[in-house]
Amino acid sequence: MQHHLVLRIVAKLLFAPILLFALYVQFHGDFGPGGGFQAGLIFASAFVLHGLIFDVSSARRFLPDKLLQAGAALGVLLYAGTGLASVLLGGNFLDYDHLAEKPTSGQHLGIILVEAGVGIAVACVMVMVFRAFADHLPRIREEDW
Amino acid sequence: MLFAFLIATALGIAYLRHLFAVVMLAGMFSLLSALLLLSMDAADVAFTEAAVGAGISTILMLGAMALTERQEKPSKRSILKRLSALAVASALGALLIYAMLDAPPFGDPLAPAQVHVAPYYIGQTAREIDIPNLVTAILASYRGFDTLGEVVVIFTAGIGVALLLGGFVARDRSE
Repeated sequence: MQHHLVLRIVAKLLFAPILLFALYVQFHGDFGPGGGFQAGLIFASAFVLHGLIFDVSSARRFLPDKLLQAGAALGVLLYAGTGLASVLLGGNFLDYDHLAEKPTSGQHLGIILVEAGVGIAVACVMVMVFRAFADHLPRIREEDW
Repeated sequence: MLFAFLIATALGIAYLRHLFAVVMLAGMFSLLSALLLLSMDAADVAFTEAAVGAGISTILMLGAMALTERQEKPSKRSILKRLSALAVASALGALLIYAMLDAPPFGDPLAPAQVHVAPYYIGQTAREIDIPNLVTAILASYRGFDTLGEVVVIFTAGIGVALLLGGFVARDRSE
């Protein structure tokens, strides 16, 4: 991929805005379309783009596989943990009314937490799946492009 | 109009043998479905369809394709078998269209799906949850348990892929 200057520059330029857009979708999900699931996918797509244009191994340096595995589990645990927390605070499982003083504030907090859990889990799993495929691919020779 | 494009894309997918083109057409199919959903005012679903169908799954299909051949092998089945497959598919399609005739028209406020729990969600979200996006309120709060199940499904799928393709094991050995 050394010769594809345009692709490399565009990928570098787009990487940060994609992550930023993912965060926007994540935290704006209460107000507009979007939410944890879409945000996680967009977040992962930034790393997929990076992996397509550059090397998967270079992305491993700042986002190691262990972190992805932990993140995927952490997302699910955050979701279920929010549910358990609402049980411990006196409500039903995943009934966020009791998470804060006011029921609606509790709902806001609960929704933000579970959406964060969804986002983290989806992003980590998607990057994990992409890498699982990418690891098996032979390097594509330059003349095949 | 969009629907015509959708059908044309589907026919293209069925007809083409070159897998790279098929994967690209499948991505296009998803993007067109997303536009179709958007034209029905289902922005959240359209967003998801565009991100999953046109984005990630196209990439994963490309990855899977790169692991196999780039060209689909021509079918060796006899003409009789192909015709019977066509007959079964047409019969099933006709059956589905016949069933759709009984479905309420699009946007019908009296459709069974609209009169069950939807009025409660629409009426109570502003008071109970107090966020503007109804879809998020339903997904994350009213139907939180379903969404938890979905996250667990994704997690399990990720573990499955990583185990099958050796995401964990193979690299540990090579190190």
